[in-house]
Order: sequence, then C-alpha cells, then structure tokens
Amino acid sequence: MLSFLIRRFLYAIVTIFLISVIGFTIIEISPGSYLEVKIMQLEQQGTTTNEEIIESIKRRYGLDKPAHERYFIWASGFIRGDFGESFEYNQPVSELIWDRLGFTVVLSTAALLLTWLIAIPIGIYSATHQYSLGDNFATLIGLSGVSIPNFSLALVLMVLMARGFGQEVGGLYSSQYIDAPMSWDKLLDLAKHLWIPLFVIAFGGLAGLMRMMRGNLLDVLNMQYIQAARARGLPEEKVILKHGVRNAIQPLVMLLGMSLPNIISGATVVSIVLNLPTVGPLYFHSLLTRDMYLSVTFLVFLAIMLVIGNLLADLMLAWIDPRIRLD
Amino acid sequence: MSLKNAVEPGGAATPSVVLGQTKEMSEKTEVGRLSLGQLMFRRFLRNRMAVMSSVVLICMYLMAIFADFLAPYEYNHRSEFDILKAPQTPYFIDEFGKFSLRPFVYATTPVLDTNTFRYIHKEDTSQKYYIKLFVHGYPYKLLGFIPTDIHLFGVDEPAKLFIFGTDSNGRDLYSRILAGSRISMTMGLVGVFITIIMGASLGTVSGYYGGIVDTLMQRGIELLMSFPTVPLWAALAAIFPQDWSPVQRYFAISLILSLVGWTGLARQVRAKVLSYREMDFASSAKAIGATDSRIIFYHMLPNAFSHIIIVATLSIPGMILTETSLSFLGLGILPPATSWGALLRDAQDVSVLLNSTWLLIPTIFVIIAVLAFNFVGDGLRDAADPFAI
Amino acid sequence: MNESPNNLQAASPECNNLVLQVENLHTYFYTTEGIVKAVNGASFSVKKGQVLGMVGESGCGKSVIAQSILRIVPPAGKIVSGQILYSSSKLNQSNTPGNPVDLLQLDSRGKEMRKIRGSEISMVFQEPMTSLDPVYTIGEQLLEAITLHQEPNPQKARVLGIDVLRRVGIPHPERSIDMYPHQMSGGMRQRAMIAIAISCHPNLLIADEPTTALDVTTEAQILDLMRKLQEELGTAILFITHNLGVVAEMCQDVAVMYLGKVVEYADVDSLFFEPKHPYTRALLNSIPQYGKQRKQRLQPIRGSVPDPYHNLKGCPFWPRCEQFIPEVCDVIEPANRVISSTHEVRCHLY
Repeated sequence: MLSFLIRRFLYAIVTIFLISVIGFTIIEISPGSYLEVKIMQLEQQGTTTNEEIIESIKRRYGLDKPAHERYFIWASGFIRGDFGESFEYNQPVSELIWDRLGFTVVLSTAALLLTWLIAIPIGIYSATHQYSLGDNFATLIGLSGVSIPNFSLALVLMVLMARGFGQEVGGLYSSQYIDAPMSWDKLLDLAKHLWIPLFVIAFGGLAGLMRMMRGNLLDVLNMQYIQAARARGLPEEKVILKHGVRNAIQPLVMLLGMSLPNIISGATVVSIVLNLPTVGPLYFHSLLTRDMYLSVTFLVFLAIMLVIGNLLADLMLAWIDPRIRLD
Repeated sequence: MSLKNAVEPGGAATPSVVLGQTKEMSEKTEVGRLSLGQLMFRRFLRNRMAVMSSVVLICMYLMAIFADFLAPYEYNHRSEFDILKAPQTPYFIDEFGKFSLRPFVYATTPVLDTNTFRYIHKEDTSQKYYIKLFVHGYPYKLLGFIPTDIHLFGVDEPAKLFIFGTDSNGRDLYSRILAGSRISMTMGLVGVFITIIMGASLGTVSGYYGGIVDTLMQRGIELLMSFPTVPLWAALAAIFPQDWSPVQRYFAISLILSLVGWTGLARQVRAKVLSYREMDFASSAKAIGATDSRIIFYHMLPNAFSHIIIVATLSIPGMILTETSLSFLGLGILPPATSWGALLRDAQDVSVLLNSTWLLIPTIFVIIAVLAFNFVGDGLRDAADPFAI
Repeated sequence: MNESPNNLQAASPECNNLVLQVENLHTYFYTTEGIVKAVNGASFSVKKGQVLGMVGESGCGKSVIAQSILRIVPPAGKIVSGQILYSSSKLNQSNTPGNPVDLLQLDSRGKEMRKIRGSEISMVFQEPMTSLDPVYTIGEQLLEAITLHQEPNPQKARVLGIDVLRRVGIPHPERSIDMYPHQMSGGMRQRAMIAIAISCHPNLLIADEPTTALDVTTEAQILDLMRKLQEELGTAILFITHNLGVVAEMCQDVAVMYLGKVVEYADVDSLFFEPKHPYTRALLNSIPQYGKQRKQRLQPIRGSVPDPYHNLKGCPFWPRCEQFIPEVCDVIEPANRVISSTHEVRCHLY
C-alpha cells in the first residue's frame, strides 16, 4: 500500500504542476494583456497611473521578461502564497482567498457528505425493491436532479422561501444578524440560509450516485459469492449488507473523486447566485472584468482542491480495498 | 428498511447465471430474420418513455425551425408599454357574463404604482380583441428562404397577447423562448458532432496503438478532468474576445461544450477498441494482411458505432445544461442573440423575480429538453445492449 | 408418500437409505421474453453416503436443480410444483431424526431452511474466484458458516476453521485463514470453498461443476480430495458436471438430464456399459476415445439444444433423436420405465 500511496502522491504533484502550466497558458493566450487590465482597475479606483506605477506592475508580474520567467514568477508566487494585488478590492489577493477558501471547502464537503448520506440508502433500497413504487420514485428524483439546472433550482427555492415564508434569502445571514455576535439564533439563521445551497448542490449529485449504487448493487447481487453466502445459511439482510453493499460501494469510492468536480463547480454556480462568501463569486467577478490573471489563479486553486480531494479519495479506496492494501 | 422483496420470486429481473445462454439462443433465431439495426429499432419502440421523448424532441425541433411562424412578435422588439406584464390568459366570458366561443383579450395601459414603483397594466374592457389565426405580422423568411409575414396567431393592435408575459424590456417571453430554442437546441448537436469526431478518433488511436500514445492520451484526459467543470468552461468562454460576431461565438461555445463529452467518449471508445483488439476478428483481419486503418475503420468502428451514438446522445443533456449555465452567467450567448440560458439571466435579480415569476418559464423548456434526451439515450442504450460486444 | 417410480428401492426415505428425494420438480423462470421451464418435471434421489452424478449439456437445468434444493433460486425463478424430501439427521424441532421434511414447504428465508443451508446441505460452486467475496478473508467467510451453525464463540470457531482448512490440504492453515481470495491460486480457492462447505459436516454436499474452471492437474487433486472427504465423513454428494470422465471416476449413480427432465437414471456401470436412452448413447458416442476412432470423424449429436422459450410436446429429445418414432415421441411424454432395480429410463423405446 505504501508504494501505491507514494505513487499517487507524486502523481498528484505532477498533476498540479501541469495544471499550473495549463492555467498559465490560458492567461497568456487571452486577448488583452493584464497590464492593461491592471491599469484599468487602478484607474477605476481613482488612482492616476504614472510611469513609476506602470514600471512597478511590470516588474511585479515580470511583464518585461520572457514567458517562462513570467511563469516562474507566477508559480512561485503561488507557493509563497502571494497571488498579486487586487486593485479593485485594494487588497492582496491572498487575503481575499483565504477567507473564502475555508468556507468553500466546508460547503463542498458538507454537500458531498449530504449527497452520500441520502443517495446510498436510497440506492440500496432501489436495488432490493426493483421496480417498486419507491424505486420509481427514487429514479424520478434522480432524473430531476440531473435535468434541472442548479441555478434555476436555487432561484426557485429562493422565490418560494421569500414568498411563502417571508424569509430573507441570499448571503449567509439575514440583515439583522450580520454584525451580531454568535448566538443560537444566529446559528439557526445560518442554517436557514445554508440549507438552500447545500440542498441544491447535493441534489445535482444525487442522481448519479443513486443510479450507480443501484446499478452496482444489482450487478453485485448477481455474483456467485452472494449465492454462496446464502448457501451458507446467512440471513438475507446480512447477505445484502455485508457482502452486497460492501462490494457495491467500492467502485463508488473510486468515483468519489470524480464527483468532486461537480460538487465544486456546483458550489461555484450556486454561490454566485446566492452571493455566498466562497471563491465562486470572486472568481466570477474576475471573469466578468476579464482579469484573467486573477481568474486563472482562482481556477488553479479550485483545480488543486480537486486534486487533493482525489488523493484523499484514493487513500480511502486503498484503505477499504484489500487488493490494493496488501500489494 | 425491509429487504423483504430481495429474493422474492416473481420479479422481472433475469438471473445472469442461468439465463445468459437461453436468452441468446432465442435471439439467435431472430437474428437470422432481421438486421441488427431493425432489431434495435424494434427494441427501442417497445420503450414507451423513449418513444414519447423522441416525439417531444421532434416537436421541439419543429418549434425551433418554425419559430418565426409560431411567434406573434419579434423576439427583440421592446415595448415600453408592456413592461413586466404577467402571462395573459385569453377570456371566453366578458364582463357582462356573455360567453364567446372565440377567445379574446383586452388592450391595456400601463399605470405606475407609486408605492411599489412597478407598472400595473389596467385593462380597457370597452373593446374586445379576438384572437385570430394566420394573421399578418412582422416579416421573416420561412425555412430561411421563403419571404412571408404570416404568423400562427395574433391580435389586432393595440391589444397584445403575451402568453408567457414580458420581461423588463417589454419583450414577449413566448417569442423569445421560441427564438432561444434555435440556439439552445442546436448547440448541443454541433457540440456533439465535434465530440464524436474528436472523441472517437482519439479514443480509437489511443486504444489501438496503445503504448506511449495511449498513456499520454490517458494522462491528458485525466489532467483535463482535474479541472472543475463549470469554472473551466467559464474561464475558456471568458477568453473569447468581446468583439466576435454571434456566429463566431456560437461555434466557439460549441467547441467548449464538446469538451463536456469528449473525454468521456474517448475513454469509452478506447475501452471498446482495446477489447476488440484482442478479439479474433481483429487478429484474423491482420493475418490476411489488412492495414491498420482498414481494421479500424472497417471492423472496429462499425461495432463501436452504436455505442458511440449512445454515449453522444447521453452527453447532449450535459451540453444543454452547460450552455444554459454559461449564458446565465453572461459568458455564453450574448445579446442580441438569445438562448434559454440568456433568458434566465433576466431572472437573476431576486427582487424582480419575486413579482414576475414567469421569467423562470424558460427553465421548464430546458428541463423538458434535457429529460427527453436522457430518455432517448437510455432507450437507445437498452435497445443496443443485448448485442453489444 | 412416494408414488414416483423413480424411487429406487421402492422404499421411502424413512427407510434410512436416501438422504434426498426430488419428486417431479418444476422450476420456471418468468422473463419479459416468456417462460423458461428450466426444470420441467425432474425426479431423482440421492442415497446416503453415495455420490450421484448429474450430467447434461449447458442449459439443461442442472444448476437450477441445485438452487432449488437449497431454495436460493434467483428472483425471476419460481419453484412451481414438486417435492424435495430431505432426510435430516440434525433437525430436531418437530421432526424426529429420520423423518423427511419437504424443503419446498419451508419458508425460503426462514430459520429452518437457513439452518439446513450450510450445515446439513451445503454447496460448492463452479468458479472459485467469483464464489468467494473478494473483500473478506477466506477465514472470515469460513467462520461465517461455523459461527452460524456450529460454534458461536469466535476463538473456538477459528480453531475449528484452521482444522478444516488443514483437512482440505491447504498448507499453513494458521496463516492461510487470514488470506484474501486473490492471494490464492485457483486450486487453493476451490479447496477453501470445499472447506467452507464441509465445515459443518453436512449430510449432503452439492457440487456444481466444481472442477470445470480448473486445469486438469488441479482438477485431479480436487477430485481426490473430494473422494477422500466423502469416505471419511460419509457425506452424500450430488455431483453436477458435464464431464462424463469425471462421472465415471467419482460417482456410484448417474442421472442424465435433458431440458429439465431426468431422462436416464442408473448406477454408473450400467450407464456406461448399457446406456438405454438415445441421448445417453449419443453422449457417450460423441466422446473422443483413444485408439478407437482413427481417421473417423467425431460424432456430435444431431441438431442443437432448442429454444427454451418454446415448449415441445412429447419427449424433449425427439427433434435430435436417431430413433425417433413419429406420432409417438412427438406427442406423448414418455413415462418412467424401470429397467432394473438400479436403472430407469424415460423413453418410448422401452
């Protein structure tokens, strides 16, 4: 198992490196240099630009140097935690990110857990009660999850909540709690605001997972070892849970990594719509202003999160699959 | 959770252990009489959902083709008198209680409500405007080349008939949805076309030649899949110069959309080709001296063909959703062109939305299209399965 | 309780001779394509401590019979009618030892049936790799059976488990018991399967093509093992196979199956030297033999196994029978004819 982990880890590092290269390429090929963008941002701020400032920007981002040196400056900045300045917010970007990154991770992880907690039992039920009413209903829910665009679901829910319950939506807290100290009421308010994004993000992933669990379990239940377990005299529940589910879940853990892109991107879109303090709205805004330097930084960040998530998923897989663990 | 029904006899599932052989035997007799395509078609027809969905899709494409005919108003026509009008239902009974067989509407005038600063449209019940069929409206070219100005329905001026209401610029949502369908429904097809070409060729090359080529491709695909989906496409879309024409934008976005399904398709094709490579028909072809390309194009691809079609069909829903998301965020289709996603952009502001929920109607069309493609794809997959190698 | 002429010594199981008697079993599968009558009126019996071989082509219903006996038929299948009389020596609920119980009357998931499964009647499956759960050690799976039927204490059960593994010839059983299936060779896995099957000293062992997936050398070893165990433990074996050579080596009695029916039932010598049913004869003729057929073509059986969805009238074999009698074989189902005390056949020729 150790060699497996080492391999995966090195692999992740290489992937991150390649991601940064791709990201940098995107920056380079986008029309309009970021020098112009930075100057534009500064001017919008009201600061007049002069030669000195332009030169400092050039030096900062290595704009007068060849491409690979520019890359080096950008990439090493990444490692150092220095992502340049955002003139718009008048802050170093790193400060902007760190605040929101934590929340992004929390939101994504919570949504992932929620998806799994709901989808797995339903998938098991569907497989063992094939074609029953419950199964069809679950399939229906799954289908809706795949076909409803997540932002419209968010919008619909927001309208419903606002109209039906007179609740303020959007953001994390209602206006009266924003600056208030933490309290139970505030926590409750947070929950009231958070359930919509969590639900919307999880809903999108439910379908795939349920379908897969159902399909996998059905396949596994056709396997000879299930019959063999029954032939030993095991009660049916044990056969299904101990042997069936355990084997059916394995490919799902492998695909845990694959569902992460959806979770993260879903979180991004939903947080844009609902104005949550995650990386999403920041990223989106930088896209709209065509600040590619900033956008790609965010993009690469998200991608790195993904790689780490995949690595963790591989760890989990190694732990539960004896075939990998003992090699 | 009761697991009661797990081993209960009477279900419709077929046990693979025993029946694997018997089912094939029965199909063997059928194969002799019908071609593979016909068999697939028959199977497909048995699936009610798939057939219904195909009909729905055909209707939607017809809708797109005949959008101008079906729409009473030009989709970009702004009217300050009709801002944010709610969907109108035609009346059959007038204010005196008299029943009229032909539906009619009243003309309206906008009145500003000084409390809410919203427009209320007061109806003028003095005159009825009957809904007429095959009326003269704005000129357009039917099917792209027949100049005409006949539209399916309409009412005389100054009354207006807004089936789905209007947006904040007074544009008819129904007409806009029809216009948007042209882009929303066709982009997926263009994207899928590119996907098939790219995915199938790359997947085949990768699977057939194996070795370094294969490894590189696989790593490349995994690399691409390491990026979170929507953010990546958003970034790519943002790169497009602002001054591209709508047509250029259209194809550029289709290119991005094709990325959605390309990686998945390439992987699937590669897997199939890998398995075919080991099969006897490949070795025997080689033994006769067939060239590599002949083996690929003549033997392997036709076998994988049904599989490719199915995977491609199933990736269209993803493409439609992606285009919708991108346009919604303002990174996809830009005005003056419109698509369902772009229409939903107008619904972004929650405060406006609260009072004009009809602005969300384009969502329904998106959902229907996506569901329909999903069912058709599933139907194709079920129809092809028994014979797929 | 028995009217079937397939009851060899005209004695009932109460006479302590038979461990299992299957009477007119019908197991059908209901699919969207139609009904498949996998087992269509099969009757046979297994004597205590003896080995009954069951031969037939693929798809003739052998495995389904095994599943029916253990009541683990997959959901699309249903045991429609018949009796499976089992003479239990352990069940002590309402039956005194020696009183047979009809397994079809028991709830397939009830406690009684589950008690029988694994401890009184057990099964060895064809593919050792897929018959063992890959995510659990063979010890864990072995102990499932032992703790369920024999010894609930895990430590003591483990001791028993190691002992069984040693008995089937697995080297270093104390270590092997903690191995995963993928760490063992095919032969070892099959031994492990056999270990699980005999761990609770069953009266009847059903072996469903246990050596078909193994190479010839390993096959010989497994067969040796089974023979040895059978002698030591006195377990009756229902040996399902399509390999007549194995049958000749292992079995005392043979039942030949075709399309869900037992067409011939005899002791092994009678079957090989005096086969009666045309199908049996054709089977024996189609085996390539050393020295006998130089420069002669193999003689396959004419025709092929018919469509299982299509139910034939009369004798199931008539379309391929060399000695087909028109108007008789394709109309009337042949009844069971007793040729001798150890030989029965279903054919109009007799």
